[in-house]
Amino acid sequence: MRLHTFRGGVHPPSQKHLSADRSIEVLPLPPRLYIPLQQHAGAPALPVVTVGQKVAKGELLAREHGVTSAPLHAPSSGTVTAIGDFTAPHASGLPLPTIVLDTDGEERWVESEPPPDPFSRTPEEVARQVGAAGIVGMGGANFPASVKLSKARQAGVHTLVVNGAECEPYVTCDDRLMRERATEIVDGAAIMLHALQAPRALIAIEDNKPEAVQAMRDACQNDARMTVLSLPSRYPAGSAKQLIQLLSGLETPSGGRGTDTGLLVHNVGTAYSVHRALRYGQPLISRIVTVSGGAVAEPRNLEVPLGALAVDLLNYCGGVSKDCARLLMGGPMMGQPLPGVEVPVIKGTNGILALTAAEAGEAQPASPCIRCGRCVEACPMGLLPLELSKRARSEDWSGIQALGLSDCMSCGSCAYVCPSHIPLPQYFAFARGKLAEQRREERKSAHIRELMEQRQARFARAEQAKAEAAAKRQAAKKQRAVVMEEED
Amino acid sequence: MIAAITTLTSLGLLSGLLLSLAARLFQTPGNALREEIMELLPGVNCGQCGYPGCGGAADALIAGAASPALCPPGGSVLARTLAAKLGRTLESAADGPPLLAQIDESRCIGCAHCGKRCPTDAIIGAPKQIHAVFQEACMGCGLCVEVCPTECLQLHPQTPTFATWYWPKPMLAGV
Repeated sequence: MRLHTFRGGVHPPSQKHLSADRSIEVLPLPPRLYIPLQQHAGAPALPVVTVGQKVAKGELLAREHGVTSAPLHAPSSGTVTAIGDFTAPHASGLPLPTIVLDTDGEERWVESEPPPDPFSRTPEEVARQVGAAGIVGMGGANFPASVKLSKARQAGVHTLVVNGAECEPYVTCDDRLMRERATEIVDGAAIMLHALQAPRALIAIEDNKPEAVQAMRDACQNDARMTVLSLPSRYPAGSAKQLIQLLSGLETPSGGRGTDTGLLVHNVGTAYSVHRALRYGQPLISRIVTVSGGAVAEPRNLEVPLGALAVDLLNYCGGVSKDCARLLMGGPMMGQPLPGVEVPVIKGTNGILALTAAEAGEAQPASPCIRCGRCVEACPMGLLPLELSKRARSEDWSGIQALGLSDCMSCGSCAYVCPSHIPLPQYFAFARGKLAEQRREERKSAHIRELMEQRQARFARAEQAKAEAAAKRQAAKKQRAVVMEEED
Repeated sequence: MIAAITTLTSLGLLSGLLLSLAARLFQTPGNALREEIMELLPGVNCGQCGYPGCGGAADALIAGAASPALCPPGGSVLARTLAAKLGRTLESAADGPPLLAQIDESRCIGCAHCGKRCPTDAIIGAPKQIHAVFQEACMGCGLCVEVCPTECLQLHPQTPTFATWYWPKPMLAGV
């Protein structure tokens, strides 16, 4: 199959050698797990357990709330000891409502019937089961997978793209998963093909992971619908829109969805979770996390129960050295800076990185833009980062929207190449936040206006009712007077 | 006695007639812009702008004496709309975090005065029970603050939550 190309992109040092040869190890069960109710795009889940309740492994802890939402399950057996605020794995360091589970070490699974053969079920049932298992996009987007599957089937998607590109430096969890559990991923992909009613799947892997390419080729030898493709390594080839462009030559329209091109991208981790859910009835309660970076003593790939704290993972990998300058969840290009080590692993956590000052590139101060245009060359979305940042700085909100801020996916390529070290994505994040705030305020204003009108209408009604009652009283009085007169 | 009553009544009737005639004959057409601005303003006459009610604020806006960001309950949305309507520029300094009412529950006695005062029904609570403010419905007009006997109801800047937080603007020297 001929590969196409996408615009821009960068070649950051991959640093995958730190952890790529470490096979997946299971993290010893931490005594306490913290499960935030919001680990997915959409509305937070609603807890269905109470404090003090004993739960089995895989038991439902919180159900989905609304269409775009996902349920949460107990990553291990134990007792729910609290439901309250706990620091979120997010740059803000703000708390999220979280279920705290004290594990009992028994790993007692919830009793359930073995699920029927997924291929004997209807595509709707498969998608529903994927939703019920709490599966979200495991590449970091955290979008509920069942919503994506059913929407894509309705949109008539013809190709499933299984994304094993893993273009973020340092992160090797998908690489290890493909090397060690290739058959499971291929089975998950086959189940997703059934849910989509699509004829073929492309498994896309960057060529810096030859072992994974080989393992995946071996695993799907017998399935003619699957093709494994080795992509030239270039960041951000693993981003859905860029991957679609690489494979099909089609560019997702501005403001459109990837499925508009007839291709649907799912991460290899998602395919693996779909396999676990549909073959064994196991919900999404654990994932593979790469712990790496120059400040980590022994970088590793760990299979971690959701809700384990970053500190548990880092300690298992020999702790963090003193020269750690930055702590990240995710890769160095798009990851979230963490407020501390006491934050839980969530469904979309692919890496925990502790970087030294040299790795994080913090030594260089920012200087004025020299308009060299390197960011324009690097932007995979074809935007003008230098112009966008100028408008964010002067707070020209209509200007920044006209230049296509909504198409920016915060890949960080512009900042990576900027010779002036300007934090361009931070300007864009600020602008996006400000615009979202304005939209919220506008909605609130409209809502308040409505409330005021309703209140005034209510008062008018009450006034009218009062007047009517008074008129009635008057009439009754008159009536009584007439009657009394007649009696006299 | 009769003479006094007749004189006063006829005087009253006559001046009433004169006044109503004058109102009809010397009527000036209403200011369309003023009405449009009145439509935009919240209309609760809270007086936080320092003018006598929303009408006074509208007059001051038309005269150019007041900034479009004069209305705290209207917030930045209203400030932007007014600035666009009047063709004025908006100093971004006026764009502070909105203040919203909040109840200190330890001091609330459940007098239920605040709920009656709230123009947007943002306060809930039965008599002799602790009251609470719906932040989603509060516009920070401060009318409730005046009636609270224990001063437990105060306006506070909104604290960011997980859903509303965003990255601050990068503050860089020389860029």
